[in-house]
Amino acid sequence: MTAKRLAGLGALATLPLAVLCVFFVLPVSGMIERGFVADGHLDIGGVLEVFTRSRTHQVLWFTVWSATAATMISVGLGVPVAYVLYRLDFPGRRLVRAALLVPFVLPTVVVGVAFRELLVPSGLLGGLGLDGSKWAIVAGLVFFNASVVIRSVGASWESLDTRPAQAAAALGATPAQVFRTVTLPSLRPAIVSAASVVFLFCATAFGIVLILGGLKYSSVESEIYFQTTVLLDLRAAAALSILQLLAVLVLLVLAGRLRRVPDPTVSRTTAGPRRPRLADAPWLGATALLLGAVALPIGTLVAGSLQVQQADGAQVWGLENYRALSGEGSNAALAVPVTQALSNSLRIAVDATWMSLLLGGLLALVVTRRSRSRAERRVRSVLDGFFMLPLGVSAVTLGFGFLITLDHGVLDLRDSRVLIPLAQALVALPLVVRTLVPVLAGIDDRLRQAAASLGAGPVRAVLTVDLPVVWRPLLAAAGFAFAVSLGEFGATSFLARPDRPTLPVVIYRLLGHPGRPNYGMALAGSVVLALTVALVMLVVERLRVRSLGVI
Amino acid sequence: MRAIRPAVRTSSAALAFGVLLTSGCSLIGSESDTASEPSSSGGASSSAGGTVVLVTHDSFSLPKKLIRSFESDTGYTLEQRALGDAGALTSQLVLNADNPVGDVAFGVDNTFGSRAVDAGVFTPYEGDRPDGVDAYDLPGDDDGDLTPIDNGDVCVNVDTSWFDKQGLTPPETFDDLIDPQYEDLFVTEGATTSSPGFAFLLATIAAKGEDGWQDYWKKLLANGTKVDKGWEDAYYVDFTGGGKGDRPIVTSYDSSPAFTTDGNGGTTTAALLDTCFEQIEYAGVLSGAKNPEGAQAVVDWLLSPAVQKALPTSMYVFPVVDDTPLPKDWASFAKRPTDPWTIDPASVDEHRDQWLQEWTDLVSQ
Repeated sequence: MTAKRLAGLGALATLPLAVLCVFFVLPVSGMIERGFVADGHLDIGGVLEVFTRSRTHQVLWFTVWSATAATMISVGLGVPVAYVLYRLDFPGRRLVRAALLVPFVLPTVVVGVAFRELLVPSGLLGGLGLDGSKWAIVAGLVFFNASVVIRSVGASWESLDTRPAQAAAALGATPAQVFRTVTLPSLRPAIVSAASVVFLFCATAFGIVLILGGLKYSSVESEIYFQTTVLLDLRAAAALSILQLLAVLVLLVLAGRLRRVPDPTVSRTTAGPRRPRLADAPWLGATALLLGAVALPIGTLVAGSLQVQQADGAQVWGLENYRALSGEGSNAALAVPVTQALSNSLRIAVDATWMSLLLGGLLALVVTRRSRSRAERRVRSVLDGFFMLPLGVSAVTLGFGFLITLDHGVLDLRDSRVLIPLAQALVALPLVVRTLVPVLAGIDDRLRQAAASLGAGPVRAVLTVDLPVVWRPLLAAAGFAFAVSLGEFGATSFLARPDRPTLPVVIYRLLGHPGRPNYGMALAGSVVLALTVALVMLVVERLRVRSLGVI
Repeated sequence: MRAIRPAVRTSSAALAFGVLLTSGCSLIGSESDTASEPSSSGGASSSAGGTVVLVTHDSFSLPKKLIRSFESDTGYTLEQRALGDAGALTSQLVLNADNPVGDVAFGVDNTFGSRAVDAGVFTPYEGDRPDGVDAYDLPGDDDGDLTPIDNGDVCVNVDTSWFDKQGLTPPETFDDLIDPQYEDLFVTEGATTSSPGFAFLLATIAAKGEDGWQDYWKKLLANGTKVDKGWEDAYYVDFTGGGKGDRPIVTSYDSSPAFTTDGNGGTTTAALLDTCFEQIEYAGVLSGAKNPEGAQAVVDWLLSPAVQKALPTSMYVFPVVDDTPLPKDWASFAKRPTDPWTIDPASVDEHRDQWLQEWTDLVSQ
């Protein structure tokens, strides 16, 4: 019986495992191997030497510090906002939810420029003196990642059964006690999941650290980029990559511990948001604060995109930058119009989304089935952690690894069109898995057993028991995957085809050229990217199951 | 059970909708029709010579029209692949030297050139070179691996209109930049994170000597010089001439003043021609290319009058072929240094690690 179950488990996991091995394990180990082998023989001492450099310690310390600070703030602000946006009913909440995904797709360099325009002494927030400080970096990281907490905690909170909380309140518990003893334990898996993803995103952030920190600070990720592309010191890069992998491992073990609850089963009901009450004021306040913080840099962007320079150098308001998007930039700076780049981006994003949903869905199913033995449970949790690794590893290592390992025989995929969406799907995969797992794990296994005893096959059981519950989180995950793909630049820039660029690639190119029209077009392109993702999210949120039935 | 059924129906319908949506606008799904695109635009001849793969950095861009005419003139199908910035491109070429990613590479510059040449990335090719090209050959490339394609100078730029308004004389030399008169007015890019930033560091090394530049940089930083990550945020955020910043001196290019015209026949910024470092970009046939003839045809094409003429507008660099006409604004406002600073590429390659290390230590203090 156990052997058969394990075989079934293996069959479901085969596809995701094969993909991860070919497109992640192989390239990354290829790059690390290049670093360890010097002149044909293994050189471990050389790699160890990198660990003793004071520069390595400094970089590691800053990475851990900034990622921890940003994760704590993201969770601290994200949980109340998730409550407001997913449990309370007020006009426009769907719009706000969609808008909160916008930072996720904005190109780093655009956000960096928008932040700095606010923070420089002559900017709106210049008085705070934050330009080039480490707090500016943390603020930037929170800007990008708070929505991860909001969306994944919100998706889990939305359908949480309120009756246990009401019962506790009826028995005399204060709201704080209810939250601590009833709500929080049910949400803990989702919160820990979201926090671990945010931490990994922050720890591998690259551009934002350098732009906002003015080169005073360096993260492991930016150091790997520098060692690999500028110095071609593969030994140092390999040592740092190993450091990244170790850190991810520690984090995963830690998160696994924190996530574990005695009984993961959670009773769920149809989402029934209620009107806000006076007692909700602090949470509404936190939401307003976060929205303001997100809106400010985006506002700068929008304002900049609407400013046009006239022939005499005067700045006026106008839509010229948007009109220019269908052309090829001032002096034909672009090979293709921005509109075409947007269509490339959308096509790739659709592919990346279904790839990550397919892989992530299979994986989530595998890791959440109730284990019958210790060994089985261990296999599942190792699998679960394994697929988080792509988040914690440098895009440079992966991009370079693709080129040096996927270069012969059937694996000569350097030319393949599948590579870009697949690389993006790998980045989105952990988000998909982390969004689905807490909810799937919360389904009482007896429901599946009941379905089975009523004659449902395994597929039918998934359709009738799992799918209705997981539908909203699945949409949330799809949204994430889509947004990740639309905004992805790191891996894409190593695989891009200049005649078929994505929108972020075009925006980078426009920002890299002098001339006010190019700058305006870059901002307008970013606004279009933001609007696109918000619109897609609004539509996606409409696709929902009307009745969740008795579950 | 009754309550569950409608749910299933709705979700399967939505799933089917999703699948339809996916197959409708997927990139992979439409592979067949996009693959036929080149042949329909280039005519039957386009695949006669096979495919030639051009590997570049991510700033490479030429008008579609030029690419189409290359394909119809030579019979090759041109496929482009970008591998990150110039540093990333060179690193990947070196790592893949045994099994190249393409047939021909464009975008290795004079600061990375000797690394690629020493690693045996390229195979010699000297076609029929037009006049003017030889002047830009990479010193040390004795076999003729690399063919110069374009050039440009990284120079300190000043916002002349800002200095006029303040009634101040703009700086002119490296020494002026450490004059307290210009305190807190200069913004430059990181040598470790930006190509113009590295070029500026090399210019100071060339000007102040291998033992003198550290002291110069100390003074530069003591005079309130700001170091940004990249050209974008230096030029558009901190520079008064590019955005709403408060620093009127910035490290940029000799072509930049052509983009700040004031509409009255002038420009509001100027390049300081005593502070320039010359950057040259090369193309070369890759060793082990599957299509070496096609690769040579691409090198020749990059030196053709049509491509050379398009370089300023498409890639913001100057042509290397003599007498190539420049755009009007470039001819009037992009003043060029007669004697830019240079450093032997072999020396750059040898000392890059050490210089950048020393520079990082100075800046992060």
